[in-house]
Amino acid sequence: MEGKKTGLYEQHLAMGAKMVPFAGFIMPVNYSGIIDEHLAVRKNVGVFDVSHMGEFEFRGADARKFLNWITTNNVAHLEPGGVQYSAMLYENGGVVDDLLIYSFDDHYMMVVNASNIEKDFKWIKDHLTGDVQLTDISYQTTLLAVQGPHAVDVLRKITNTPLDEISYYHFRAGKVAEIDALISRTGYTGEDGFELYFKREFSLHTWEALFEAGEEFGIKPAGLGARDSLRLEVCYNLYGNDMDQTTNPIEAGLGWIVKTKKAGGFIGKEQVLKARQITTRKLVGFILKQKGIARHGADVFVGGAKVGHVTSGGFSPILNMAIGLAYMDKPYHEIGTAIEIDSRGRRLQAQIVQTPFYKRG
Amino acid sequence: MNIPSELYYSKDHEWIKVTGDEATIGITDYAQGELGDIVFLDLPEIGTVVTGGNPFGTIEAVKAAADIYAPVSGEVVAVNGLLEDSPEIINQDPYGSGWIIKVKMMDPEEAGTLLKPDDYARLVEEAGEE
Repeated sequence: MEGKKTGLYEQHLAMGAKMVPFAGFIMPVNYSGIIDEHLAVRKNVGVFDVSHMGEFEFRGADARKFLNWITTNNVAHLEPGGVQYSAMLYENGGVVDDLLIYSFDDHYMMVVNASNIEKDFKWIKDHLTGDVQLTDISYQTTLLAVQGPHAVDVLRKITNTPLDEISYYHFRAGKVAEIDALISRTGYTGEDGFELYFKREFSLHTWEALFEAGEEFGIKPAGLGARDSLRLEVCYNLYGNDMDQTTNPIEAGLGWIVKTKKAGGFIGKEQVLKARQITTRKLVGFILKQKGIARHGADVFVGGAKVGHVTSGGFSPILNMAIGLAYMDKPYHEIGTAIEIDSRGRRLQAQIVQTPFYKRG
Repeated sequence: MNIPSELYYSKDHEWIKVTGDEATIGITDYAQGELGDIVFLDLPEIGTVVTGGNPFGTIEAVKAAADIYAPVSGEVVAVNGLLEDSPEIINQDPYGSGWIIKVKMMDPEEAGTLLKPDDYARLVEEAGEE
């Protein structure tokens, strides 16, 4: 298998991971099994190596101004120690990528999808203005996501940083297992948890410290499979599935991160304003009313007419049924609408439902 | 990798166990491992005629769907009812309680054309090197 390796590649193999190519990397898709890992995160705690994600640093006097122009959320509202979910748009309103911005005292860090690292870097570089120094620090940065109700208990054992003082979507620089790390209360699972950023050379050291600390809480390694099923239950969009260059953020349900009234505007604003007036389709959630699984790309029908397509589909271990997200032409996007989804030639009965499918208790 | 010596195998990773003119069909340990957690099966009804080398059903696992191929031709005489509510038994016991269908073979000699355990072990080994 050809591909880039994270600093934990050998460790994944040693722990029995099934490795798959993903976004140019060789990544663990599962260890003990997707459902087992999914439930470990919902009930106890799981650790994901997501070092394939990309990190860019922005320094210079105009960094804030520039980021506010190239992203949709309002960076002026972001204080040091804060994290912001945002997106970059093309002029036509299509989505370049969704991302996180971390604000430090003297610089910013942007975290982007692994599959978009090169594309995003070029997009940003091509639009750079003013005093901004852009650096790609993806390779030397290891990112571990420690997720689940016991994530805080595990981390507390190996850090002196007061975790209770880090609220959701905030971070602190501190020590984890004696090494320097950013401790960020963020994640992609719908559970409480942390994402830890630190230097690649400490990958194995920190991974082992987490597993030693987490043993009493039933900690498990979790792969990309569980990462996908966890995010789908809580309806977090996945770039490349639920949104891309052909979808605007309004129909993708991301209107809340698009601040059309912020000072200075942003790339893609004119098209977003139009989309706010008229959208012809909407990303919605559905459940299957019969056995089967509706997968990415499947056509959706109402009364024989194709009125949508599935963007993400899978099995929910918590609901024990098949769930998914689909773009539905209006007016077939309404909750309660009975739909049919093609699955390898079979027509599966399904229904549009309220999202998310799961909310932590 | 568990590859029982008393079974025949297809290159599509099914196994068959021959008893007279009846063949019990399932998927191999390697196949269930590759698929991961199985959550649903779409299977033929009793009386359906299946053709060697052609798909007779579908397995839906959490991460992917896969066709199940009939290693031999024949008429379906039994379908494992346990799989309706507990498809995961294929992951747990692929050669035992996770059997899928039984067929009355049209030509019992057809089983002889399938892979022997040694040949199948080699096939799996080579698949792992890709």
